[in-house]
Amino acid sequence: MSGEHASMRLIDDYARGDTTMAADVLWALESHLETCAPCRSRLATSVATEAPDIASLVATVRAELEPQLDAAVPAPSWRRRFGRVPAWLAPVVAPWLAMTLSITLLALLLAVAAPPMHLGGAPLVVLIAPVLPLCAVAASWSPALDPAHELTASTARAGLPLLLRRATAALAVVVPVLLVGGWLTGAMTAAQWLLPSLAFTSTALALGSVIGVTRAAVALVAAWVVVAAPAWLAGAFPSALHPDHLPAWGLLLALGTGAVIARRNTYSTQ
Amino acid sequence: MTPTTSAADTAPKTYAWEIRATGLKVRAGRRKLAVDGLDLALGTGAHGLLGPNGAGKTTLIRSLATVLRPAEGELELCGTPMSASGDLRALRRRIGYLPQEFGYYKRFTVREFVEYMAWLKEVPKADIPAAVQRAVERVGLADRADHRMKTLSGGMVRRAGIAQAIVNDPTLLLLDEPTAGLDPAQRLRFRELLQELGRDTCVVVSTHLVEDVAAACSDVVLFAKGRLVFQGTPQDLAAAGRPEHPGDSPLERGYSALLQGSGRQGGVW
Repeated sequence: MSGEHASMRLIDDYARGDTTMAADVLWALESHLETCAPCRSRLATSVATEAPDIASLVATVRAELEPQLDAAVPAPSWRRRFGRVPAWLAPVVAPWLAMTLSITLLALLLAVAAPPMHLGGAPLVVLIAPVLPLCAVAASWSPALDPAHELTASTARAGLPLLLRRATAALAVVVPVLLVGGWLTGAMTAAQWLLPSLAFTSTALALGSVIGVTRAAVALVAAWVVVAAPAWLAGAFPSALHPDHLPAWGLLLALGTGAVIARRNTYSTQ
Repeated sequence: MTPTTSAADTAPKTYAWEIRATGLKVRAGRRKLAVDGLDLALGTGAHGLLGPNGAGKTTLIRSLATVLRPAEGELELCGTPMSASGDLRALRRRIGYLPQEFGYYKRFTVREFVEYMAWLKEVPKADIPAAVQRAVERVGLADRADHRMKTLSGGMVRRAGIAQAIVNDPTLLLLDEPTAGLDPAQRLRFRELLQELGRDTCVVVSTHLVEDVAAACSDVVLFAKGRLVFQGTPQDLAAAGRPEHPGDSPLERGYSALLQGSGRQGGVW
């Protein structure tokens, strides 16, 4: 052997299947080949020139197997084809998101079909838009809806990072639908509900570190209904959504976000 | 293939016990103290956690799995104290946990489920496929790996649960009633796996089957009404029993003797 690589003579002998090679030489050569790509490629060329019958046999086998191997590739499952969907979305949240979306669509349909005057001044969708994203987020982090919650709770990713991932995924589904729907039907503008809905979501996450996200969401939805429903029933636009109140919503969003950051370590245990 | 070892694998151990609890109190729900002043130190090996129903076994396991925070006292896991606001990420990567009531995603295949759990446990992305295959093979589910969870029998689901618990090669493995639903042959296989794991891992197995402990555990922890009653080898437990104590085997007699002696056996049942 020359330097660090096997000699060409040795490789040629090996390719021919030379039986006179000493066992220790053979062993050393094979263990070198296992870790040395250049020598393997020299062996491959050597097989083609030194042992043409072996080369042709291998080629025949490969040619016959190829169609079978192509056919045997397992059809990738839905989840595999779309990569790591569960990394963002909670694995079982799809039905709940679908429900949230259908509520949105129904509310939008109502806004189109029945003009506001018959339904009490403001369209229903204005009433529910600020709290819908919140509901979707709560559904993606609810122990009651996630069968593997106990398992998830003990893993390294549990806690705020996973909660934020799932919340982002839920918002990414719900917010665009509300935006497009509101724009198409003209029932409301994004300025009216987007900031309040984000403020609600961040407050729910902040409160969630104390009483649990689900309970926080229920409490906030109840509070919103108490505040907004009377005005809506009386036929007026809920005053809380008036553009004058946007700074207050912004403040709530900032407070909620700050509280979430301050209490980031408390999300990892119950 | 060269074996992949990380710095964490080769670093020297800087703690004496994987689990060290001093005066540990853990609440179940709002008020009830299910673990009430526990002192315990467990190292490498398979430890059987025995105790009557309602002794607080599940609450103890949940607090060891870092799901519940201790109400009082100290708990140190793999040298990391469980404090009020510590970051548990590094510790949790080294924990494997199979809960008693173990929920799973019905539409996932076994492989997808274990892969998802491996991802949650922050197993390096490149190692996940191999780690999952190894875990699934160790519990004997390789032929069912691509079947959906909902098509599996109860025993197979349990084994999938064990697979997800060992997929990250944990230092601390907590199994709550792992043999429930396993048939006798599977239980024998499980005991072998337990002995194998106990060589380099701290395994805590909560069970009410005394014979599982005798066959697979190097150490018995007897736990009643939130406190430690006895800790020793299965032989010590057997030696504690007298013929007059109720039970069909020496271990069962030892078990009832120790529980009676502690005055912590609740009710006639």
